[in-house]
Amino acid sequence: MLLKTESYTKPDDLGFYGEFGGAFIPELLRPNVEELDQVFMKCLSDEQFQKEYIQILKDYVGRPTPLYHSEKLSEKYGGTIYLKREDLNHTGAHKINNAIGQILLAKKMGRTKIIAETGAGQHGVATATTCALMNMECIVFMGEIDIARQTPNVKRMQFLGATVIPATSGSKTLKDATNEAIRFWINNPDSYYLIGSVVGPHPYPEMVAYFQSVISQEMREQLQQKTGSQLPTKVIACVGGGSNAAGAFYHYYREPEVKLIAVEASGLGLDSGKSAATSILGSPGVLHGSMTLLMQDESGQVTEPYSISAGLDYPGIGPLHAYSINEGRTQSVSVTDQQALAAAKALTRSDGIIPALESAHALAALEKITIESNDVIVVNLSGRGDKDMEHYL
Amino acid sequence: MTAGYPTIDSLDDQLCLLESKGIDFVEVGIPFSDPLADGPTIQEASKIGIENGMNLTLLFEQLKRRKSKIPIILMGYFNPVLNFGIDAFLNACGEIDITSVILPDLSIEIYNRNYRARFEAKGIFPSFLVTTSTSQERIKKAVDICTNSFIYLVSSNSTTGGENNFSADQCDRLREITTLCGDTPVFIGFGIKNNDDVQKVHSISDGAIIGSSYLKAIENREERHYLDELLGVK
Repeated sequence: MLLKTESYTKPDDLGFYGEFGGAFIPELLRPNVEELDQVFMKCLSDEQFQKEYIQILKDYVGRPTPLYHSEKLSEKYGGTIYLKREDLNHTGAHKINNAIGQILLAKKMGRTKIIAETGAGQHGVATATTCALMNMECIVFMGEIDIARQTPNVKRMQFLGATVIPATSGSKTLKDATNEAIRFWINNPDSYYLIGSVVGPHPYPEMVAYFQSVISQEMREQLQQKTGSQLPTKVIACVGGGSNAAGAFYHYYREPEVKLIAVEASGLGLDSGKSAATSILGSPGVLHGSMTLLMQDESGQVTEPYSISAGLDYPGIGPLHAYSINEGRTQSVSVTDQQALAAAKALTRSDGIIPALESAHALAALEKITIESNDVIVVNLSGRGDKDMEHYL
Repeated sequence: MTAGYPTIDSLDDQLCLLESKGIDFVEVGIPFSDPLADGPTIQEASKIGIENGMNLTLLFEQLKRRKSKIPIILMGYFNPVLNFGIDAFLNACGEIDITSVILPDLSIEIYNRNYRARFEAKGIFPSFLVTTSTSQERIKKAVDICTNSFIYLVSSNSTTGGENNFSADQCDRLREITTLCGDTPVFIGFGIKNNDDVQKVHSISDGAIIGSSYLKAIENREERHYLDELLGVK
């Protein structure tokens, strides 16, 4: 099995999806980004590379992940509801799909020093894991504030051999960890920057979406077996930067009968000033190397979003999602902290699955959309909730 | 220097000081919350500038009222400019006789495709960054845009305010690039701290750009002393 690409998810020659995307980077980063682009393009048609990637996903990550039919959710909401169990991946979330793909690219480029940014620590853990596997040095940038509130993941990364460097600039969270990682990359061009979401300068959004596209590729095959059709009527996924959503939507963009629903975190509410619903509250802007929808003040300074979920409080959104939402291809829905917490508890009690807070936002969207009895719905359960027990109890 | 730093209305006095010391032009930085290419000194100055309430509207007002006649170049990350509106930004620059701007995260390719026509129609010319790793082909593309402004040659591949020893190899490479740029002026920046550095840079190119070191001098309230040393005035 090889990963396939589709033209909808292919940006133009400068990396734009419509008006969004591109590579807005200082010239200092140009050589790094150009080299990456060339190597990535080659890998798309490199059978050896693909085989190795798929093999690791199978034997090490545990793919394919199950497509689980939840009878309880189906009964509660109507329609037929499936959960794509990304929580069952090694390290407990979809993040590892991308980390494996990019570490193989780094290996191809002869890099041995890997840098990454992380918010809640899930991408940091996935990166530290793949670095341990490939015997590479791993440096993870994490906001000082996030380090304090996500101690278990910091310890996991350190136990895996990674160096965790606190980002002490700006608001000391994910946005600033990303700034620090990019600055380190400028000053250490021999390192490989392993971005965790569909953000950053071209080719990162396209590349991360590609490595996550295995999610919807499996969904098509599994639905075919279970329902006789590869197409559901709706796919629901949460969006911070949007990597799990990009993966879950990837092979359905060109199937107009499949509704794509991106769920953003509205925190304490859309009007509360404490929200992370970027597609509703944001406006076009440039952050971390790409043009996208961005939460910013009236002077163009980037503002700090809020959500109970540390994986969803990013002030931007992947340019592919910004484009797709603006085009009306993807519908955005927002879910509050309280609605997500309730959905997490409900699934835990009905099906014995503790979802990550991020994924709980996707589940909560079932309350907000119209569901017909003939609907076939896939909710992408992007990660498991062990890390969130403090919020749940 | 960074607008709004060290205080919200210190800009004009700073410009007058620099003019009186014989500096040729001033690069005024528009503070941004996420300055990717900058080291700790400019990050901190930007943060303070924003906290002091600096933004593009206020900056243009201050520049319009300025007493100093020293030529000015505006430097800013793309987002605040985009947010202000590209056309509004170009018009405001035109009103105060600014013809060169540095937008470090706007690439040559995106500029050419999406913005060049609007900039040139208003007589505003960006100055692009070129580094010691930039290919000859890209240097030519940059020169094509910068003919009416200048090439900003980055001395070494690092964020601003880094260490720089100006080794023989590095100087050779900088000289090579300067030659490639032909008649387009080349100014070298990043990591330039003192009179020695300035002299070296002057022997290679048309001028030196000093940022972090000067901001540090402002922080320590010794900018006059610093300028005298920098310019070799005893």
